[in-house]
Amino acid sequence: MMALAAIVVDSLVYASWLFIVSIGLTLIFGVMNVLNVAHGSLYALGAYTAAWGVGMYVGGAPDAGYVLLAIMLVAAIVVGVLVGILIERGVLRWVYGRDEIVIVLATYAVFLVLEDVMKLIFGPESYIAFQPRFLFGTVSVAGIPYVGYDLLLVPLVALIGVGIWAAIHRTRPGKLLIAVIHDREIASALGINVARFFTVTFLCGAILGALGGALSAPLISVVPGIGVELIVLAFAVVVIGGLGSVEGAAIGALLVGLGRTAAVFFRPELELFVVFVVMTVVLAVRPEGLFGKPQTRRI
Amino acid sequence: MTTLRNIRPTTAGIALAAAALLGLWPLLPAWAAHTAAVSLGGGLVALGLMILIRFGLVSFGQGLFFAIGGYAAALANQFLGITDMLVLSVAGIAAAGTIAWALGYIVRGHRGIFFAMLNLAFSMILFGILAKTVALGSTDGFSVGVPTLLGVAPGPEAGRLTFVLFGFIVISSALVAWMVDRILASPVGYAGQGVRENELRLRYLGVSARGAVHLAYIMAAKLAALGGVFTVLLIGHVTPEDTAYWTKSGEFVFVAILGGAGNVAAPFIAQTVFELVRTFALQYVPEAWQMLLGITLLLVILFLPGGLWSLVDRLRGRNA
Repeated sequence: MMALAAIVVDSLVYASWLFIVSIGLTLIFGVMNVLNVAHGSLYALGAYTAAWGVGMYVGGAPDAGYVLLAIMLVAAIVVGVLVGILIERGVLRWVYGRDEIVIVLATYAVFLVLEDVMKLIFGPESYIAFQPRFLFGTVSVAGIPYVGYDLLLVPLVALIGVGIWAAIHRTRPGKLLIAVIHDREIASALGINVARFFTVTFLCGAILGALGGALSAPLISVVPGIGVELIVLAFAVVVIGGLGSVEGAAIGALLVGLGRTAAVFFRPELELFVVFVVMTVVLAVRPEGLFGKPQTRRI
Repeated sequence: MTTLRNIRPTTAGIALAAAALLGLWPLLPAWAAHTAAVSLGGGLVALGLMILIRFGLVSFGQGLFFAIGGYAAALANQFLGITDMLVLSVAGIAAAGTIAWALGYIVRGHRGIFFAMLNLAFSMILFGILAKTVALGSTDGFSVGVPTLLGVAPGPEAGRLTFVLFGFIVISSALVAWMVDRILASPVGYAGQGVRENELRLRYLGVSARGAVHLAYIMAAKLAALGGVFTVLLIGHVTPEDTAYWTKSGEFVFVAILGGAGNVAAPFIAQTVFELVRTFALQYVPEAWQMLLGITLLLVILFLPGGLWSLVDRLRGRNA
C-alpha cells in the first residue's frame, strides 16, 4: 500500500517535471512545425542561469526566502527571451519554408553551438542551487515524507498547463493562433501577422523551456550535458502524446512518468528502456501520437 | 565490350583512391593512416545515410546499426574467439541486415520527422539495454582483440593498425562504394528519387514505394554495421555511448549533410574532413569543437544545400 502511494506520488511529481520541460517543445512544433532540438539548450541555459543567480544571491543573504523563486523566474524569462529571439530571428527565419527535416538540422546546429557557449560561460564545474528546494519544508503523504518543493511542482505545472490551454482556446490571440496553425496562407490573407505569431510563439516556447530548466535547477546538479539528456526524453514525451498537442504532452508526461517510476521501483535497469519502448510503440502504431490528429498522407 | 572510355568516372575515381591509399601506406605516418581508416569506417555509415537522403529520408538513429555491427563483431571476438576480420565483418552485416529487415516493416510506412524519430527511439532502446547490461560492461563497454585475416596474424609488436587491417578496410570500402554507386544508378536508385519527389506517381508506375524504402533501409543498416565493425576493430574498444547514443547518430547525420548526396565519394570526403578537423580542434580549441560543428552545419544548410560535393559539381560545370 505504501509502495503504491509512493509510486503514485513519485509518478505525479516526475510527470509534472516532464510536462514543464517538454511543453515548450510541443507548443513550438504545433504552431510552427519546427521540431526544436535547441530546446535542450534552453533547458540547460535556464538551469545554469537560475543556479548561478540563486548562488550569487544566497552568497550575500543566507536566509533569502521566496526571493529565490523570483530569481529563478527572472532567469527563465531573460534566457528565454534573449536566446529565443537569437534563434528565431537569427536562424530559423532563414529556413522557414524548407523541408521540416532541414529545420530540425538547423536547430540541431544551434544546439551544438549553445552546448559549447555554455561551457565557455559557465565552465565545466557543476552548479548546485538546493536552497529553493527547502523553502517549503517537508510534507508527509501516506506516511512518507516528501520535499514540499517537489509536491508543489504538481499544482504549479497543472496551472501552467491550464493557462496555456486557456490562452489558446479562450482568448482572441489564441483563436487567431489556431487559424495560423490550420492554414498559414489563409490566415495571412485575412490580415493576421503570421511572422509575429511565429516569433511570439517561439519566445513563449523558449521561455517555457528555460523555465523548465530553472525549476529543475534545485532538483539536480547543473553540469554540462544535461541538455543532451533532456532533449531525447522531451522528444519521447511529446511524441507519445502527439507532436503539437498540449493535452497530448500532459498524457505523454503522465505515461512516461508512471512507466519510469514503476521501472525504478521494480526493475531499475529498465528505466530508460521503458520510456523509449513506449515511444516506439506509439510511433509505430499511431505516428501522430495518442492525441495528434491523423494527417492526410501522400501514401 | 567495356573499353576505358565506358568506365564511369566514379568507378575510376574509387579505384584510383583505393590504389593511392594502399600505395601511400609506407609513407603515411601512423596518425594519418589511422585517420584515413577511421574516416572510411565512418564514411560507410554516412554513405548509408546518403542512400536514405536520396529517398528523402533522414534517420536520427543510425547509431543503432553502427552499434549492432560494432557489438556483433566485438561479441563474436570476445565470446566466440573469432579473430578473422572477414568473418567479423560478415557477422556485423548479417546481424544488422536481419534486424533492419524486421524493423523495416515498421519504418517503411513512415516519412519525414516520424521516420527520423522512430529510428531515434530504436537506437535509444538499444542504448538503454547496452548501458544497463553488466555482462557487456554497461557504460564502460569492453575491449576487442587484434584481428587477423585468413590466418595471417600480426606480430606482437605490430600494433593495432597493420597493413592487413588497413588494406582490408580500404579494399572493402572501395568495393562497397562501387556497389552502392551501381545500385544508385539502377532502377532501385531511381525509385529513391520517386519516393522523394512524388510517391503517388511512383505508385502509378507500379513501383512499391514502401518496398523501395525497405530495401534502402536494409542497405543503409548494413553499411552502418560494416562501419561499426571497422571502427571497433580500429579502436579496439566498444561502448554504448560512442555507438548507440543519439549524439553519435547526430554526428553521422552531420557528416552526410556536409558531404551531400551528389556522389558516393561525398560521405567519405566529408568524414575525412570531419576527422581531421576534430583531431586539430580537440588539440587547439577543445572548448569550441561542437560550436565549430554547429556553425559549419548552419553554413552548409544556408549556403551549400548540396553539401561539399556541390562544389565539385560547380567546378565541373565551369570546365564543361
